[in-house]
Amino acid sequence: MNKEELKIAITEILPEITFDETGEFLNVFVPATSLLPFMNSIRSNNNFEMDYLFCLTCIDWKDHFMMVYHLHSKKHRHEFVVKAKLENRENPEIESLSGIWKTADFHEREVFDLFGINFLHHPDLRRIFMDDNWKGFPLRKDYMDENMIEI
Amino acid sequence: MKTIFLISLSSLARHIHIWLEELIGNPNGVYITEMTIVGISLIVFLVVLCFFLGYAERKVAAFMQIRLGPNRVGPQGSLQIVADTVKLLFKEGLTPTAADKFLFHLAPLIMVITAMLALAPIAFAKDFQIFDMSIGVLYVASVSSMAVIGILMAGWSSYNKYSLLGAMRSGAQIVSYELSVGLSLISIVILTGSLKMSDIVMSQSDGWWLFKGHIPILISFVIFIIASTAEINRAPFDLTEAESELTGGFHTEYSGMKFAMFLLSEYINLFIVSAIAATLFLGGWMPLHFGHWEGFNHIMDYIPSSIWFLGKTFLIIFIIMWFRWTFPRLRVDQLLNLEWKYLLPISMVNILVVTLMAIMGWHF
Amino acid sequence: MGQDVLTEDGLFMVNIGPQHPSTHGVLHLKVWLDGETIVKIQPHLGYIHRSIEKMSENLSYRNFIFATSRMDYLSAHINNEACALTVEKGLGIQATPRAKVIRIIMAELTRLASHQLWWGCTGLDLGAVTPFFYAFRDREAINGIMEETCGARLTMNYMVPGGVMYDLHPNFQKHTKDVMASIKKNLADYDNLLTGNVIFEMRTKGVGVLSKEDAISFGCTGPTARASGVSCDIRKLFPYSGYENVQFDEILATGGDCYDRYMCRMAEMRQSVNIIEQLIDTIPEGDFQEKTKAVIKLPKGEFYQRVETARGELGVYIVSDGAASPYRVKYRSPGFSNLSALSQMAQGVKIGDLVAIMATIDLVIPDIDR
Repeated sequence: MNKEELKIAITEILPEITFDETGEFLNVFVPATSLLPFMNSIRSNNNFEMDYLFCLTCIDWKDHFMMVYHLHSKKHRHEFVVKAKLENRENPEIESLSGIWKTADFHEREVFDLFGINFLHHPDLRRIFMDDNWKGFPLRKDYMDENMIEI
Repeated sequence: MKTIFLISLSSLARHIHIWLEELIGNPNGVYITEMTIVGISLIVFLVVLCFFLGYAERKVAAFMQIRLGPNRVGPQGSLQIVADTVKLLFKEGLTPTAADKFLFHLAPLIMVITAMLALAPIAFAKDFQIFDMSIGVLYVASVSSMAVIGILMAGWSSYNKYSLLGAMRSGAQIVSYELSVGLSLISIVILTGSLKMSDIVMSQSDGWWLFKGHIPILISFVIFIIASTAEINRAPFDLTEAESELTGGFHTEYSGMKFAMFLLSEYINLFIVSAIAATLFLGGWMPLHFGHWEGFNHIMDYIPSSIWFLGKTFLIIFIIMWFRWTFPRLRVDQLLNLEWKYLLPISMVNILVVTLMAIMGWHF
Repeated sequence: MGQDVLTEDGLFMVNIGPQHPSTHGVLHLKVWLDGETIVKIQPHLGYIHRSIEKMSENLSYRNFIFATSRMDYLSAHINNEACALTVEKGLGIQATPRAKVIRIIMAELTRLASHQLWWGCTGLDLGAVTPFFYAFRDREAINGIMEETCGARLTMNYMVPGGVMYDLHPNFQKHTKDVMASIKKNLADYDNLLTGNVIFEMRTKGVGVLSKEDAISFGCTGPTARASGVSCDIRKLFPYSGYENVQFDEILATGGDCYDRYMCRMAEMRQSVNIIEQLIDTIPEGDFQEKTKAVIKLPKGEFYQRVETARGELGVYIVSDGAASPYRVKYRSPGFSNLSALSQMAQGVKIGDLVAIMATIDLVIPDIDR
């Protein structure tokens, strides 16, 4: 499906979705609370069949977090990017997608380790790169520890 | 003294015996002195042999891997192993605190002693054996199987779960492959009718058993080479030594001279296995004779018998070394599969065929 | 080895790594064993985590490219090319025709060298020592080409946004043709030594099977996924830098076991030699670098570029807010996803099989840990 058809089909699944087509991919903004049912439907729906999650990451925009999921369908050869905004900086939470795509397991552990986002119902959420008893989340923009210096 | 064209080791031994008899006179004293001389010369021979084999292994490996090998220490790198031995001598010999001290110190000694004991009936040259006993082949097979005790002792007394696992694997491997080795040896004994080493060699004076016994003996020979490579824990059956997925096998906790003794016993075992193969299948010190071609046989006799023996032994050593640098390693279950499902049934059928061959005289 | 951990159900926990001859880099695996059979595997990462993503936020758009040479150091050129292509996407420029062809040749040489090292180490892990020396003899020839043109053997730092950093050495074409001729002869040696060997086949056939659905779900890419039948070669699906003009095949297999992964990489080596031979005589003349401003600033937005490294699909995701350094860089590394499939592939196998599986997935830990 091309971008227009994708927009129509996605709006049918979840009407309150917004789009952003300035970049290379079609960006789909989904509210964080309805992420899991949306992802389930685009995984299983025969029109979409997005079976390949090739990038899962997070961006820290200083007042909110933005979760970014790059999805591709091996069968239909179309792709788009799903974004979910997390307003709560103290305690960011979102549902885990490791039940839908097994690759999300490791990638969500990485985001938890470096950004501190809590993934609900993740099978084994612990730090992956940093030490188990590290304090703080390094990739956040406001991360400071005693070894850093101001240039 | 008669003039001798060619110096032979047996005449040297005879001259020393005569000289000692004149010197000491007392038969027991002569006997004890000879035993001491034999013991010391054997140890010296083995040490030199191990230096040579270690150097040869590294050079053969290098040759197969398109590189040079040791070439700095000594002329063409020949003193490299001496340097390595000196290094091992100076290393700290650690003993784990909870290890069973007596067995820990005893295990390498047992391995070396059983290895050296098996050298007794081997004929290095014509009439030149340490002890030509009437049960030569049986003696070698039984003494070399005592090495398993050494390995299990080493694994158990190290007080280390991984050493124990490695030792158990190695024990299973050696005990299984002994069957195939024994059956291959028996096939020659059937044809010769005697367990005595000198009888076996003399029976090959009209041709080596490998040629006389054609196909069944060829099968026996191949099975013997494979099974004895597994017996001495060499690649591609070296799971316990080089499979450092967990640890280094039964000799993990050993360092210094005790570790050197494990290496020594491996090389001596390699030599023994090759010597047995050379003696039983390739004629030992017997030159290459073809039936009753008198002229050809006479020319072959001019090459000294010790050169024949050493040449054949080193040929088989080279083949066994060649295996190590060519093949990947087998997994444990594949290794035991190979023995129990393939080598053993083939050996047993082969024995029947060889017996039939011996009875009917269907060999050359 | 200090405390032995025997759990309630009688399983025996063993640490493999982080320093270990069979893990290619510092990988720590906790393995729960039932006798010789593996029941559960847990990888522990982070021993070589150098926070390249955070560092890149303070580097300029010219400099952050070269931090990726240290990520997957065996595909250094291809990593650098990915970053350079992303920056070019952001600037809206293309590299010059000459630079595009040079980039393909360098990438294929890197892929060939990486697969050769992989082949040598696979033999070494399985117990055959000789393949290691044969592989390095050929890899040294390729490193010689790299040294002549790029100045370095491992971290080549040759790709820049807009093209390549220097022009080719005048001896490059002749040197590469000679090396390709000798490598073509030696590839037959590789098959003689390891591929047809009965022991090798026994240790790799049927071991570590990864089904096609699992491969897609775990996000596996590269030869690991192609051996399971997943068509994922980025050079074919999303061609970049002139790959659409080059003839080569995508190698697929159906079994998904170690032997299939091995054969996929062996066939890819031959394809790489093929590509280089197609291009080596027809490098277009012209500039080797498109002119860009001294200080590069990408416009606000997000840019994603995929390339095919020797291990799989590397994705570079740059988020820019108009400054001279990237706001956020994310590297979607192929090894990270391939490693997550290890626990699935190594269910119920023996320890010897685990070594074979890790060897054929071709892990490079700095790529995973970044």
